[in-house]
Amino acid sequence: MKQAKAAPQMEVTGYRRPFPGTQPGYLFPTYAATVKRAPTQPLVILPHTLSELTGPVFGHDEVLPGDHDLTRQHKGAPIGERIIVSGRVLDQNARPVPHTLVEIWQANSAGRYPHKVDQHDAPMDPNFTGAGRCLTDAEGRYRFVTIRPGEYPWGNHYNAWRPAHIHFSLFGPAFATRLVTQMYFPGDPLLAYDPMYNCVPDERARQRLISTLDWESTMPQIALGYRFDIILRGAEETPMQTKR
Amino acid sequence: MSLQATTSQTVGPYLHIGLSWLITENLAPKGVPGERMLIRGRVLDGDGRPVNDALVEIWQANAAGKYAHPRDPQAKPLAEGFRGFGRSATNQDGAFRFRTIKPGPVPGPGGKLQAPHIAVNVFMRGQLKQLVSRIYFPGEAANAKDPVLALVAADRRPTLVAKAVKPGMLEWNVILQGKGETVFFDC
Ligand SMILES: [Fe+3]
Repeated sequence: MKQAKAAPQMEVTGYRRPFPGTQPGYLFPTYAATVKRAPTQPLVILPHTLSELTGPVFGHDEVLPGDHDLTRQHKGAPIGERIIVSGRVLDQNARPVPHTLVEIWQANSAGRYPHKVDQHDAPMDPNFTGAGRCLTDAEGRYRFVTIRPGEYPWGNHYNAWRPAHIHFSLFGPAFATRLVTQMYFPGDPLLAYDPMYNCVPDERARQRLISTLDWESTMPQIALGYRFDIILRGAEETPMQTKR
Repeated sequence: MSLQATTSQTVGPYLHIGLSWLITENLAPKGVPGERMLIRGRVLDGDGRPVNDALVEIWQANAAGKYAHPRDPQAKPLAEGFRGFGRSATNQDGAFRFRTIKPGPVPGPGGKLQAPHIAVNVFMRGQLKQLVSRIYFPGEAANAKDPVLALVAADRRPTLVAKAVKPGMLEWNVILQGKGETVFFDC
């Protein structure tokens, strides 16, 4: 019997190791908190088994339709410049990562988090919590409506200020693709002084953390758009041996 | 086509704002089959001080050794109501906890079974990317033949094996530095 030709099934054998210089290490003394928290023993290289090739799956029953809009979580509108933050989640093979959970959190427009640890003397905004989440669509796209976060001081060194940023947390398809990162804004002069931004040697890797002004997602009269594409680790794949 | 993966950045001190909604310390509601246990532990820094702003995430198979994930090809049953994902934020004592069931064995390199284990990601301020570790179970004969434990120096293996505190309760700590430093993986 003649079989219909199907695309060869791919078996995932593991996820790619990072290109040198594109991911931070653990000890980075200019970011002072790493000194007592970085492992001192060498890491053991973990082969990717079924445990690392699988990971939690989240559904639409957990993420509600309005969870992506941080400007509508309270009675009134938050203070600040409304922005759209959107992009695509792809893997290193340039394939979209569909239906994956994206979680974000950020300071308010004055650079203040509603968190007991944040004692920065900047006003709270009763209409802004700064947390959002969504699932990517079938093409890996995500979109948030929020306000532009403010810069804020921190205690790392004398006169330390964080550039404006939004924290991102992503799962991807596997335990091995879990990623937490931060998105920055174009032209921010504080980036040059920020230990976290400068933790990776590869300049282009750093620059990919900076969003771009994006006319396509801008809503006239309402909000400017910023685009931030996120690349998760890609699988090493080999065609699956099929028995005849 | 090959792209570079996005650079990891720290969760920072305010992670709770964005991540607490998904805190899952009880992974196995009533009716999920398996040996129930409480796994508790603390995260301690290089000075032995509790890390009160860490987030611990776990990922595990069900009691049959099946992951609730489309890429698990094994013909084993899924457990209804069991996803296998846990998330716990440490408290002032650096403590986290999970109520779960003991996972069954899952295949490892070459199809050989691994000893039962739980995959762990630890996030915190002061770490630019998460730490990866594993929790193994005490008194498990399969530990001696586990292909991943075999990659770890024998004197450091005990850091990956939880300790039995009392029936149904295990302790597994995350020691970031120094004596008893937990084994972390380059995942
Ligand atoms: Fe921040």
